[in-house]
Amino acid sequence: MGKLELLQCLTGHRGRAWGAGWHPKGNVLATCGEDKTIRIWAEDASQRWVAKTVLSDGHSRTIRDVAWSPCGQYLASASFDATVAIWDKKSGEFECNATLEGHENEVKSVSWSKSGSLLATCSRDKSVWVWEVAQEDEYECAAVLNTHTQDVKKVEWHPHEDILASASYDNTIKLYKEDLADSDWSSFDTLVSHESTVWSISFDGSGKRLASCSDDQTVKIWQEYKPGNEFGVSCPDNTPVWKCVCTLSGYHSRSVYDISWCKQSGLLATACGDDMVRIFKEVEGSSPHEPTFEMVGSKHAHSQDVNTVEWNPTVVGLLVTTSDDGDVKLWKYEPEE
Amino acid sequence: MAELENINPHVYRKCEERRLTKDDENDDVADPFDEREIFDLIRNINDPEHPLTLEELHVLEQSLITVDNEKNTVKVLFTPTIPHCSMATLIGLSIRVKLLRALPPRFKVSVEINPGTHASENAVNKQLADKERVAAALENSHLIEVINQCIAVPIK
Repeated sequence: MGKLELLQCLTGHRGRAWGAGWHPKGNVLATCGEDKTIRIWAEDASQRWVAKTVLSDGHSRTIRDVAWSPCGQYLASASFDATVAIWDKKSGEFECNATLEGHENEVKSVSWSKSGSLLATCSRDKSVWVWEVAQEDEYECAAVLNTHTQDVKKVEWHPHEDILASASYDNTIKLYKEDLADSDWSSFDTLVSHESTVWSISFDGSGKRLASCSDDQTVKIWQEYKPGNEFGVSCPDNTPVWKCVCTLSGYHSRSVYDISWCKQSGLLATACGDDMVRIFKEVEGSSPHEPTFEMVGSKHAHSQDVNTVEWNPTVVGLLVTTSDDGDVKLWKYEPEE
Repeated sequence: MAELENINPHVYRKCEERRLTKDDENDDVADPFDEREIFDLIRNINDPEHPLTLEELHVLEQSLITVDNEKNTVKVLFTPTIPHCSMATLIGLSIRVKLLRALPPRFKVSVEINPGTHASENAVNKQLADKERVAAALENSHLIEVINQCIAVPIK
């Protein structure tokens, strides 16, 4: 087993800490929570992480999720107040320069596409919205996708292509892309296997695999099969299909609220309602169509549910977690020698 | 007021008050949470429809509560008075909120419908177990007012 070592506990949020997002350069962190604030953290001269800014006037209810744009200039925040705020620092200070309205109720998640020109949001109103970044501080709704039958918990863009994934209380995951002929967005695959709410999803570095975690206490690995693949997986509509190739069960004793697939190391980290963080690694030489994962680390990380886990995009092994106990923690994972 | 859903509910006798023992008053004796203590916290929650407590309507019974102090879990099963009770989610939410406020945060509380006693028990259970939806519901000022009324202890 590898070691998960606590580097620092970041205190400041009052009440539940919900979301966290690393800046693409890995040197800045944004967190949010029940106290309706966003905290921006960075290292000071003595390499301790400190709150540089507290943004407290953007939302009137819980802030559930935050995400940096790939260029690192913009921060999006999703709130139970049914809006998404876009913040930037052009004036020198963080300011909210755009508010995206349209969802009927709580916005649960927000994600930027790799190019930075698209933004996705999802809500308890069962819809997923795709927004186009039109001009400076202007966002146009490109699609309202109503294919889920329940509350949508999470949206996540593919790491290279304009493919969007969403996870829902209806137990499914859906994948969407744009039909370039008529620029219509639609769902091209529904991933069915989980037996309860799918809380979160994360693509691997190649974008050919997706990991999901659920209230059913399992983690699943999904593999993409393209039309004409040599493995005999049929693709009826001539579009890729995603198949569940692995289920990790028996590790988590409560709901698994978040999952993060490190684009560099390939390690999977999970955040669980049993207060634990767990690390999984694919067994070397295991078949891509029937992979085996083993647990290579676990830690009683918080005194209450762990809500978010996210690998740092530049520093390998650096991990952030948030919890109902109000704390944000930074961890270093060291694999076994 | 709208018509009552369950016009003539069965009313049951309340259980005896808990008898204090010497150990209860001794600070040196470790006093872990037990089923009776959890029951005492929630038995007097008011029914949203009737001027009766959840105990008197047999919505709550001590025998349907399980506590594991070591593992920090509390599980409460409740029995709606009729299988189509539209108040089931509200009642479950009131039990959750009461325990959320009264118990130390280390406890994981689950509130579920007594199996086989409600037409849509799976849907109600799923909603009550979804902490994100519960959190959003509790930010709704109208709903929290109704819940507070259910939880409030009447002035004697």
